[in-house]
Amino acid sequence: MLRGSSAVAIDNERNKHPSDVIAAASAARARRSGRVGLATASRSTSDPHPAEMATHELHPNDTLTTLKMESENLKAKLEEERAKLHDVELHQVAEKIEALGQFVMKTRRTLKGHGNKVLCMDWCKDKRRIVSSSQDGKVIVWDAFTTNKEHAVTMPCTWVMACAYAPSGCAVACGGLDNKCSVYPLSLDKNENLAAKKKSVAMHTNYLSACSFTNSDMQILTSSGDGTCALWDVESGQLLQSFHGHGADVLCLDLAPSETGNTFVSGGCDKKANVWDMRSGQCIQSFETHESDINSVRYYPSGDAFASGSDDATCRLYDLRADREVAIYSKESIIFGASSVDFSLSGRLLFGGYNDYTINVWDVLKGNRVSILFGHENRVSTLRVSPDGTAFCSGSWDHTLRIWA
Amino acid sequence: MSNNSAKSNLVIAQKMVKQLRLEASVRRIKVSQAATDLKNFCLQNAHKDPLLVGVPSSENPFRPPKSCTLF
Repeated sequence: MLRGSSAVAIDNERNKHPSDVIAAASAARARRSGRVGLATASRSTSDPHPAEMATHELHPNDTLTTLKMESENLKAKLEEERAKLHDVELHQVAEKIEALGQFVMKTRRTLKGHGNKVLCMDWCKDKRRIVSSSQDGKVIVWDAFTTNKEHAVTMPCTWVMACAYAPSGCAVACGGLDNKCSVYPLSLDKNENLAAKKKSVAMHTNYLSACSFTNSDMQILTSSGDGTCALWDVESGQLLQSFHGHGADVLCLDLAPSETGNTFVSGGCDKKANVWDMRSGQCIQSFETHESDINSVRYYPSGDAFASGSDDATCRLYDLRADREVAIYSKESIIFGASSVDFSLSGRLLFGGYNDYTINVWDVLKGNRVSILFGHENRVSTLRVSPDGTAFCSGSWDHTLRIWA
Repeated sequence: MSNNSAKSNLVIAQKMVKQLRLEASVRRIKVSQAATDLKNFCLQNAHKDPLLVGVPSSENPFRPPKSCTLF
């Protein structure tokens, strides 16, 4: 499968220039292997346009065997092509940069009020409000400056695994074991019953694991335990696009920063992180280097890369233009899964919430850990940096949320 | 094996080949180029990153200011 190519390249680097070794190996393989597969997937930049290749019709000769062989050849070719461009490691490029100093980050606010595990949270664009959801079925909107609760909704299900703030700040979306994503408009009238205005938008055939509004309050992107992601129109509840390709539950998603266009990344229990074109529903890139479920994915602020956190106790950075993993953030002493990751504003810091109750802060470029934050008394399940980057919020199975700065 | 499941296996295998062809045809750049761009983005934006460089307590709404005013 598409794994471990980075380990091979590092070994080669010690002896010869990697691209020479890999180019020689691929040339030898090309001479040995048959014409099926390699003939259709040529290496030059004058490739037939992907759309032409994709509309190749079913031939009577396309038996399962030839297709499987072509699959294997294509996978090998993919790995080769990626390895050819692996001429240096990210931390080598970052060698000359000044190392980061000591960080003093403390809990500045503790938000108490949930009756059970906090599963998800999201910031409002106003940089002070937060929505959080819990196993107890409650969704709470907080003012993070004052720690006051502004709204509370009780969902008809427990395990509300996903929640999101609308870009306008006027609504929140949430869902979980009810297999749906519902939108609640937030009223200025504190006495108004929010549950009465609830709008069911998304319907999946298994639990809702994540949701996010797109650039407006009009569309929501969801991911589900049913293995799919979907884009919905909020007003009509209509399914606009569905995204198929994961082989198991999809656990997380993140939208590309608006400047970089209509794509999003998703991570799942099939250990894959997939990048999707929102308009066509097509999976345009796929990465499979994690060794276990991917719990969290987050775009790098420039949109050219994304980070992932996994049950394999590592966080990884994937560059979209190089089409490969470019960094692994791990330590032998970290053996518990990473549940949630997010970048600081410049992308230099990666914050990871882990199942061992800690938050590890990584230097994205150099690859080392710069800080470890203690405070939560159970697993950290969710973590987001505020929209202006002045603080980040973590939610935990210890029923609380903490604001760190 | 019934005719239907044989057909669907074929369709699945076809889809996989189609998907792999698409992924294989992606235009890629060298890691050195990509890494340099990531590094430059970090360095260019470092001064604007409050969690990285820190902001004075008076400007950070979450850090307690030196003196408290009660409303």
